[in-house]
Amino acid sequence: MNGVHDMGGMENLGPVIPEPEGEGFHAAWEGRVHAMSVASPTRSNIDAGRHQREKIPGPEYLAMSYYEKWFRGLTELLVAHGHATWAEIARGKAEPGFAKATPLLRAEEVTPRFMRRGSYVRDGAAPAFAVGDAVSARDLNPHGHTRLPRYVRGREGVITALHGAHVFPDSHAHGQGEDPRPLYTVRFAARELWGEAANPRDSVSLDLWEPYLERA
Amino acid sequence: MALRVKALESLMVEKGLVDPAALDAIVDHFEHKVGPRNGARVVAKAWSDPAFKARLLADATTAIAELGYAGGQGDHMLVVENTPTTHNLVVCTLCSCYPWPVLGLPPVWYKSAPYRSRAVIDPRGVIAGFGTVLPDEIEVRVWDSTAELRYLVLPERPAGTQGLDEDALAALVTRDGMIGTTRL
Repeated sequence: MNGVHDMGGMENLGPVIPEPEGEGFHAAWEGRVHAMSVASPTRSNIDAGRHQREKIPGPEYLAMSYYEKWFRGLTELLVAHGHATWAEIARGKAEPGFAKATPLLRAEEVTPRFMRRGSYVRDGAAPAFAVGDAVSARDLNPHGHTRLPRYVRGREGVITALHGAHVFPDSHAHGQGEDPRPLYTVRFAARELWGEAANPRDSVSLDLWEPYLERA
Repeated sequence: MALRVKALESLMVEKGLVDPAALDAIVDHFEHKVGPRNGARVVAKAWSDPAFKARLLADATTAIAELGYAGGQGDHMLVVENTPTTHNLVVCTLCSCYPWPVLGLPPVWYKSAPYRSRAVIDPRGVIAGFGTVLPDEIEVRVWDSTAELRYLVLPERPAGTQGLDEDALAALVTRDGMIGTTRL
């Protein structure tokens, strides 16, 4: 989806304001939103969660803080999955006669769960490209979720690393299974992306799945 | 927002969707168990122990786990090394991907539209805004975290630190240095 979340390469969106180290959540409610989002039964699909936040209409998306977007995404997923209604969310109280669920995550499970190494690598097809191959990012404009930013579409780069087959967000976000595809790091020269004014030494590298790429 | 969030928490607890004690434990985890001091330990050890540094650059996830740091948003770690002629900068243009186990919660600017948009087209300008003007001769490598790989910058060890132990070295390492918006 060519939404405002895909903002790489834009300018004039405001100042970058440095912040001292050691700040945690900036308000208590932010911590609760973060915790509810990661403990919620809707958390099982990270790609669907990202897409839910991307679908916030652009003008609102740009005006919202990070955790306001998380709150919106969480409530929309709870409604979409039938865990709550908008009326219940507004009231903070369940309708009479609801079926009580069992939380997926107990307090004593938090530390082990959060310290456990997971993986997005799956068995999948052998990679079609090798390190050193010249590739172009395809000019894809899907209406759903994708992790191929606009600023590299149609541009040529070089494969610098192979990472095995990873869960493919374009399928996974839409309930079409994990659909693992080979994942590569692709380096694009800054001049290829931004023109002759860019420093000839500089580059931008992205991690891109095979369906995003074609041989240059 | 605080009231709306409180109402949602009441509802989710009432419906058995979340355990309030688990929410407390999650907040505690992000405020106290992860943070940039973890990453600073990784960097200090890499500066002190060449064999560890070699393991870190070859398989960062496994090397970082040696220090006890692992978990979500750090499942596939990559460490990129600054040198006298190279500088690395990490961004996530599409959302705000960040290596939680080693850096904790991202600062607001990292998640903001100004940084996400500009880091890829004007990395030198962004870095200058943090106080470091990079000479043209230094190559700038920007890493846009578009998949589930998470990047940590290994800054150069500052000059004049030969006698320092790992604790003292870790105190020199900054969060912004490990994102790449500053150069130590």
